[in-house]
Amino acid sequence: MTDRPLTLREAVLLGAGGLAAFIGLWSLLSTTGIVPRQFLPTPLDVASRFFQLFTTPFAGATLPMHVASSFQRYAYGVVLAAVIGIPLGLLMGWFRLLDDIVTPIFDGLRFIAPIAWVPFAALWFGTGAGGPVMIIFAGAFPPCLINAYRGARFVEPRLIEAGRMLGTPNLRMILEVLLPAAAPSIIAGLRVSAGLGWQSLVGAELIVAAAGVGFMMVQAQGSVQTTTVMAGMIAIGIIGMLIDVLLRRAEAWLRRRRGLEA
Amino acid sequence: MTLAGKRKAVIGLTTLGGVIALWFLTTAVTGLVSGARFPSPAEFWTSLSQISGRGYAGATLLSHALHSLKLVAMGFAVAVLTGVPLGLWMGWSRRVEAFVNPVFLIIRPIPPLAWIPLAILWLGLGDAAKIMVIWFSAFVPSVINAFTGVRNIDRPVLEAARMLGTPRWRMVREVIAPAASPMIFTGLRLSLQASWTTLVAAELVGALVGVGFVLNMAQQDIYPGMILVGMLTVGVLGWATTVILAWIERRALAWNVAARD
Repeated sequence: MTDRPLTLREAVLLGAGGLAAFIGLWSLLSTTGIVPRQFLPTPLDVASRFFQLFTTPFAGATLPMHVASSFQRYAYGVVLAAVIGIPLGLLMGWFRLLDDIVTPIFDGLRFIAPIAWVPFAALWFGTGAGGPVMIIFAGAFPPCLINAYRGARFVEPRLIEAGRMLGTPNLRMILEVLLPAAAPSIIAGLRVSAGLGWQSLVGAELIVAAAGVGFMMVQAQGSVQTTTVMAGMIAIGIIGMLIDVLLRRAEAWLRRRRGLEA
Repeated sequence: MTLAGKRKAVIGLTTLGGVIALWFLTTAVTGLVSGARFPSPAEFWTSLSQISGRGYAGATLLSHALHSLKLVAMGFAVAVLTGVPLGLWMGWSRRVEAFVNPVFLIIRPIPPLAWIPLAILWLGLGDAAKIMVIWFSAFVPSVINAFTGVRNIDRPVLEAARMLGTPRWRMVREVIAPAASPMIFTGLRLSLQASWTTLVAAELVGALVGVGFVLNMAQQDIYPGMILVGMLTVGVLGWATTVILAWIERRALAWNVAARD
């Protein structure tokens, strides 16, 4: 801000320096034994454990199998949130009465952290797939609803007036005017949902699951296998990042197609 | 109150009444929803008076709530005190940004909740582990928003201040921090939300006291009334702290027109 923009060379050097400092400090702390190696394994230990877990099962499955089982639950939860949240948001954007009824309930529930649904989720749907799916749903639902609603509420009035004048029935109005106009906002909401859902999945699996990456990490914590815990964190981070990148792409693609600025 | 506002209030209250009536009907009157799945109003009341008076899971509701509140306050404070200055610094200096960013990019995709097992390994089931994970979760929004806040300051403001020969420290205190403060507060709101989510999760995974611990015990005892009490407590605490933060924001940003409504 105060200084001139950096040249590429400077930026790369500084960035590499930052990374080197981070990894160097980490290695130093664990190899010298300042922090016992059992609790802070070296970066190399973690990396080799990460790849080892591809073939060696831990807590009943290999890492890819845990990831697959996590991802399946995650997909169910997020899809469910989108399938219920987006239509409800659009309907609320169109029918004022529905808006006035749902909004107070929604505002009341908003302050309860999604993760606090864990006990009821376990009680109602068990700890297999149902419970975690419900918690992912609780995390992913609000942004779907809110963004579809806002998108529908802030459609250009001219479009609505034109549709009205042509006597468009409600359902067609929602599907052919509100939905396309709200699409960019909905996609942005989906991206937030996907992130929050992933976060909720991790929480749910730490508490009530019998498989999945979170479950693997809790088991590893129980047997003081720090390398496995950290390998799980890496796997979670990578997948979270991939999901975000994919949805950003989808968002940019949609915006380009609509002739909006990316 | 405007006519539209009145209409909203009437419908809102009717909805609230409807939900409570439905709750009575499905649980207590018809037994459509069994007490093993969701408590009736009477069961909820019994649980609430039990935990308020005799206590549950080792303490009364008030001391569970206060303990959780204390941990959130501490984790949040540490995160804000470290995150906001780092964000401001990264916004101020491109060199610092270039140095810190790659590390940030590696750590950021790991959801805060994924740090819980590691925190327990390192620090055990006590308060320190919770403060650590809250710090991690609340740190990121604080940094990002403080950073964005500085980068969005109008250039002429900075140039004018510099032209007047403002010394470095005064520049930070009287120009940068105030100009970035609306964004900083946006970050604080997100940080606060993240703090509660993380605390509840951490207490559900392992704790000896706190609201999340109440939820955990109630789940193990299959005690729906107490689960509902715990959830509502989480909601009330989250709401109350958000209101307090909004109040502080209004006072701190009284000069800012955009924050006034």
